[in-house]
Amino acid sequence: MTDPGKPPLALGWPLFEVFIRSRAGLEHKHVGSVHAADARMAIEHARDVYTRRQEGISIWVVASLDIIASDPEEADALFEPARDKVYRHPTFYVIPDEVKNL
Amino acid sequence: MYTQALDTHGKEPVAAAPGESAVQATRFQNRVDADEKIEPKDWMPEAYRQTLIRQISQHAHSEIVGMLPEGNWITRAPSLRRKAVLIAKVQDEGGHGMYLYSAAETLGVSRDQLFEQLLSGAAKYSSIFNYPTPTWADVGAIGWLVDGAAIMNQIPICRCSYGPYARAMVRICKEESFHQRQGFEIMLTLAQGSAAQRTMAQEALNRWWWPSIMMFGPSDSDSKHTAQSMRWKIKRFSNDELRQKFIDVTVPQAHFLGLTIPDAQLRWDEATQHYLGGPIDWSEFNAVLRGNGPCNRERLQARRAAWEAGRWVREAASAHAEKLTRRRAQAA
Amino acid sequence: MSTAVAAAVRPERALNEALLRYVLRLADTSLVLGQRLGEWVGHAPALEEDLGLGNLALDLIGQARLLLSYAGQIEGRERDEDALAYLRDAQEFFNLALAEQPNGDFGCSIVRQWLIDSWQLEIYTGLQESADSRLAAIAAKALKETRYHYRFSSGWLVRLGDGTAESHARVQRAVDDLWRFTSELFAPDEVDARMASAGIAPPLSSQEARWSARVDEDLRAATLQRPATQPYPWHGKRGVHTEHLGYVLAEMQHLQRTYPGARW
Repeated sequence: MTDPGKPPLALGWPLFEVFIRSRAGLEHKHVGSVHAADARMAIEHARDVYTRRQEGISIWVVASLDIIASDPEEADALFEPARDKVYRHPTFYVIPDEVKNL
Repeated sequence: MYTQALDTHGKEPVAAAPGESAVQATRFQNRVDADEKIEPKDWMPEAYRQTLIRQISQHAHSEIVGMLPEGNWITRAPSLRRKAVLIAKVQDEGGHGMYLYSAAETLGVSRDQLFEQLLSGAAKYSSIFNYPTPTWADVGAIGWLVDGAAIMNQIPICRCSYGPYARAMVRICKEESFHQRQGFEIMLTLAQGSAAQRTMAQEALNRWWWPSIMMFGPSDSDSKHTAQSMRWKIKRFSNDELRQKFIDVTVPQAHFLGLTIPDAQLRWDEATQHYLGGPIDWSEFNAVLRGNGPCNRERLQARRAAWEAGRWVREAASAHAEKLTRRRAQAA
Repeated sequence: MSTAVAAAVRPERALNEALLRYVLRLADTSLVLGQRLGEWVGHAPALEEDLGLGNLALDLIGQARLLLSYAGQIEGRERDEDALAYLRDAQEFFNLALAEQPNGDFGCSIVRQWLIDSWQLEIYTGLQESADSRLAAIAAKALKETRYHYRFSSGWLVRLGDGTAESHARVQRAVDDLWRFTSELFAPDEVDARMASAGIAPPLSSQEARWSARVDEDLRAATLQRPATQPYPWHGKRGVHTEHLGYVLAEMQHLQRTYPGARW
């Protein structure tokens, strides 16, 4: 039976976010989440749920609580300025057609 | 896989939460109209959030319950290849349920809460899984018809406005492709088999045809929710449109199998270029939805029994994890 | 097949018979265990475990298919994987008796799984060097799967053994109940002897020490007691089964038996 000092088990196993690298050379991509009691189990669950069709060579799991995310309300402050600074984008530069590989 | 238009079944719309400004609501609608994806922490009307939680969780529940009518044939599959394919299919369904619960959790509800709602009978799920699978042919019919109907329902949702739901649906649709083919192949093998097998196939079609077309939900003229769901791009096509598309695609497949659709009024209408059928008996649909279908009790009992029987296992895993954490802290 | 009969036939036929029996032992163990795991799908303690156990079942059925196909070829009577799986009776099955034991609770299934996984780890590792290239290839593939199965089952053994008081009691009881079936795991007979002398498999007794050490380590980590060795009369390897196999086969073979000759 549950220890009265512990949180109720209705809370169950914690949530982990899953990131998979599908091929060498690619980065890890967020594919969803799994519940697990511990990190080792989270890797196994991620493998069983998200790589049944050989979708991956590397799995990262991160406890959802450990993910720090930017606030969409601050999107303007964080991301808008980049839209003005077009010189970060390659299309801003005019390169003569004769120059290859740029 | 097993989404069904349950949400449009004549309930009062959720009241907007206090403090929602017209400006925010308008900005939100503009984003949706521009086909921008809404992500978990974006502002959204409370009604949008609630509608999504309900729709996504119903879809997830359907996948989970859907594991049972087919799962029940795993140990009796008549060849090793069929057994392997069936295990893979049922696993996919479980996986789909999990992708969807994941998507629902991004909206601020926990999977355990949702699962409790399913087990208590409070949550709805696709009525189709309240029908029994008495023969192997039923496994084929489910793959061919039920998955077929589900695919029709699902593909449009890949473009729904809520990012996590749309992405889960893309993943699901990719995996779905083999499910319907598996079912059709079973039906084809039976239809080309012995007289007893042909009869088995025909009887399964007789059992599953009407429940499958009812999966698309009642006619939209009977639904209050459709308009709002369409505006929010949670729903992209009407129930009737999807149902008609399914019928038009499936009837020729039945002809190919040499089987007869159990609708004496079914005919090709030259003018509209559609197959038109007889009236649907919605009273059966409603009864099944209310919990009085042939297997409602059994399905939930099975899931409840598994959950209860597994309680000591989940507790042990949590207890062990805590021990590991404590030991690591002490060692540090 | 009795030793007297075997001695009377030409050596290569005797070897062929032994090889057939050996391959069927591996095939049937994977098949019966896979069949038992198939019963769990939809009824596991958590959704993730439905998928995990399903994966194990899929791998094992896959191993069974490869091994049964090979067995059919060795036998030379044109029996394919399905003919062998669906039309043999219990006394013609050569799986470990351990594999046919009922699922019981999750702890019981985990103990059964862990015992067979740790056994298969030894067997498949040894077969990688087999003089029989087909068997070596099948073993190489199966070994990768078994490593994951063993990770899964031993991980759960530890969680349950070193979890709550209830889980510890349940899994200790399962270990105590199933231990008697381990006596046939490394008990060599004339089939094993022929496989060893033909370089097809390493001598069975040479693998027991490693298995035993691994088992001790896992039990220690799980805070469980290793039961005393118990001699046991059932030898699935020889076609002498417990009452459970009959029921497993009745369920598995029902359709093919009811509709003889039908294609599915």
